[in-house]
Amino acid sequence: MSAINPRTKIVDTDILVVGGGMSGSGATWEAKFWCRGKCKVTVVEKSTLERGGAVAMGLSAINMYMGMRCRENTPEDFVRYVRNEFFGILREDLVYDIARHVDSTVHLFERWGLPIWVDEKTGCYQREGRWQVMIHGESYKPIVGEAARKAADEVYERVMLTHLLLDERVPNRVAGAVGFGVRDGTFYVFRAKAVILTTGGATLIYRPRATGEGLGRVWYAPWASGSGYAMAIMAGAETTSLESRLVVVRFKDGYGPVGAWYLLIKTRSTDLYGEQREPLPQDMMERYKSLYGKYAEAKPTPTTLRVLAVIEDLMKGRAPHLMQTQERLTTQEAINEGFEDFLDMTISQVNVWAGQNIHPQQRPSELMPTEPYIMGSHASPAGMWASGPADIAPPEYRWGPNRMLTVEGLFCAGDICGASGHKFSSGSFTEGRIAGKSAARYVLTQARDYRPTISSDTIERYKEVVFRPMEWYEANKGVTTHSAARVDPWFDINPNYINWFQFMTRLQKIMDEYVAGWSTYYQTNEPLLNRALELLQFLREDFRFVGAANLHELLRVWEFYHRMVVAEAVTRSILARKETRFPGYTIRADYPALDDEKWHVFVNLRYDPRTGNWDVYYRPVIHIID
Amino acid sequence: MQFVPGLKYRRSYNADPISCWECYNCVKYCPEHAVEVRSYADFVPLGGRVIPLRDTKNNVIYWRVEYRDGTIYEFAFPIRTTPWDSIRPPTEWPERTDLDSEYLSGEPDALGIPELPVPGKGPELLEKATRDVKFPVDPIKRR
Ligand SMILES: Cc1cc2nc3c(=O)[nH]c(=O)nc-3n(C[C@H](O)[C@H](O)[C@H](O)COP(=O)(O)OP(=O)(O)OC[C@H]3O[C@@H](n4cnc5c(N)ncnc54)[C@H](O)[C@@H]3O)c2cc1C
Ligand SMILES: Nc1ncnc2c1ncn2[C@@H]1O[C@H](COP(=O)(O)OS(=O)(=O)O)[C@@H](O)[C@H]1O
Repeated sequence: MSAINPRTKIVDTDILVVGGGMSGSGATWEAKFWCRGKCKVTVVEKSTLERGGAVAMGLSAINMYMGMRCRENTPEDFVRYVRNEFFGILREDLVYDIARHVDSTVHLFERWGLPIWVDEKTGCYQREGRWQVMIHGESYKPIVGEAARKAADEVYERVMLTHLLLDERVPNRVAGAVGFGVRDGTFYVFRAKAVILTTGGATLIYRPRATGEGLGRVWYAPWASGSGYAMAIMAGAETTSLESRLVVVRFKDGYGPVGAWYLLIKTRSTDLYGEQREPLPQDMMERYKSLYGKYAEAKPTPTTLRVLAVIEDLMKGRAPHLMQTQERLTTQEAINEGFEDFLDMTISQVNVWAGQNIHPQQRPSELMPTEPYIMGSHASPAGMWASGPADIAPPEYRWGPNRMLTVEGLFCAGDICGASGHKFSSGSFTEGRIAGKSAARYVLTQARDYRPTISSDTIERYKEVVFRPMEWYEANKGVTTHSAARVDPWFDINPNYINWFQFMTRLQKIMDEYVAGWSTYYQTNEPLLNRALELLQFLREDFRFVGAANLHELLRVWEFYHRMVVAEAVTRSILARKETRFPGYTIRADYPALDDEKWHVFVNLRYDPRTGNWDVYYRPVIHIID
Repeated sequence: MQFVPGLKYRRSYNADPISCWECYNCVKYCPEHAVEVRSYADFVPLGGRVIPLRDTKNNVIYWRVEYRDGTIYEFAFPIRTTPWDSIRPPTEWPERTDLDSEYLSGEPDALGIPELPVPGKGPELLEKATRDVKFPVDPIKRR
């Protein structure tokens, strides 16, 4: 390496937690509880434990809580709810597992100091909807992050991990990970007996509706870079359900969430001309029933159908929809609730109101469907294929410790674990705890004598790969031209490199126009998908020519590299499901119908790191709850 | 909420505005209250402002919302019910030996039902729910 000379730091640990968000904090907490002095737990976070992840600005609700102590819901009820949400395609063992543990997490949060609203009459928590409880959640993540910091043996913040390392003696076995300090440029090598991926979902793979300066205003966080999916895929782990991207209805431009409005404040929404839309009117319900059968009858109406209702009206020129806030904000209490909902978790929505003089107690707000996100914790099941709990998973779903992927020693939690959505913040932390205990058991028993084998050649090779964009920039920057307009780095023109912004826009244009983005009303077909794969191949080749002027740009470069890997897997998964399963999320225009007879299966993929080939696997859906 | 009086220039800057989520953490954490957000120029008309003051002694966050038309809304919401830095690390919880069980720390007492459900057992366990939730140790260190 010539221009830049990063120092290398090698860290040995037993359990490496990648990401310190909700699920990473849960994993760190629980792993340490069981490890005590017998195994070392290290957490690596690209921002900080205090504010890292999707909960950075806070939340207004806990969206997964059974309330078993108050006899509210059983885990069985929850599995049935999620089954309908996902039109039958889910890992019931994983969903049940989170549901049976989640209450102990929420009770712990309350004891730690998270203000949860309590119903004075019953002593139980104040419900938003059947599964949700209300919180004053501005400091949700600082509280949870404090617990993780207290638990970890070592915390590395502002360190972005880029690649997993496979063992050089044992095949298909994770041995650690590499990455770099985003502030000081240190090259990090972590060697571990178990690695837990908890890096959250992926945004900005698709061209967002946001533009210009507001490009970062997406609903799910702009730092959700799909890193865990990409690292696991590159290491050869099997994916699941990536064709089910999440599209949600949000307040227009500010992307304010809708849950508290529909469920707590009980606002209704209409189309642009005031016709009833949510709750869905009878005639629409009948039409959806004729198309999607029993799934459409579920109460509440599945998220994907509620999104479809808006998409259909967009096509007909009857959208945006309108959230009729003024009908319900008739008391000061309701006004406070409405504002707190956004100030706690989407401050930008209040900025939109303030700048556009929208007083919600006087007039409605516009609603739009978002661009697609890749997530396994919300109303979509996209993620990695994980082994299930020993006591309840059918044998087909059990090849190793709970939450271990198809690569030995590699675990997942939160958005990263697929086919088990609707876990949200509380379920993600809970799944982190499940994976944390499972990994502790693994390193204290079956992996006790394992020692990672990673050669110094490998370490040097990865160091070159990770810093190459900065080297390439240094070598070529002499012939860069700038535009006269002061809009760096967008129009940095160089014949030999493209910058992260240019790489990002190419990726987003391909995904938006060919792979069912919002500009095509979420529709695609086989020729478009094949064309996308061809264009993504060029993009992958051009990655060699991406330049980074500084460490901040290097962070962006690797985030978009990860997104590119996820994008290809998403495209291949949509190609492999020849039906339309989730009509509000992805429409296969060439196979517009739902076909439960043929397609009641998981679509899984595996990238072979040795050959570079992708294989598709159709895995059976096994229902364990009646 | 006060900004540094007489401010004519700003020393800090947003390193990457097009990647900004407006999470306001820079505003909430600046000890000088010197950071302000001018919302996204491409869809928010000028003139509105949202200003937080996060008080970690009294554990309240105050919000002042100024509309373009001059209307002002003020709110105050609690943020935490326990002192900062009071969480007890898991290693101060009593040690358990059931590494092989499906139980997580604190369970089943922290669930409020007598044992961990398995498919089919949920309904009968709910019948035995107790309402009280117990932890083996206070999760918070009281001073
Ligand atoms: C606006 C909004 C509102 C929401 N509302 C609610 C709600 O009201 N109730 C609710 O229960 N849930 C809500 N959610 C969902 C909830 O936040 C997520 O389900 C949950 O945070 C997912 O947990 P996770 O651990 O998978 O990901 P995250 O919490 O996002 O954590 C991932 C962490 O990994 C880090 N990371 C990523 N890549 C790397 C890398 N390469 N190297 C190192 N570190 C990395 C990230 O910085 C981050 O800290 C909301 C989410 C958003 C965005
Ligand atoms: N109309 C609705 N009917 C039933 N459940 C809803 C409805 N809208 C949202 N929800 C549920 O409310 C919770 C919050 O949803 P959102 O506001 O859409 O997402 S959030 O994660 O940003 O808060 C989720 O559990 C979601 O499934």
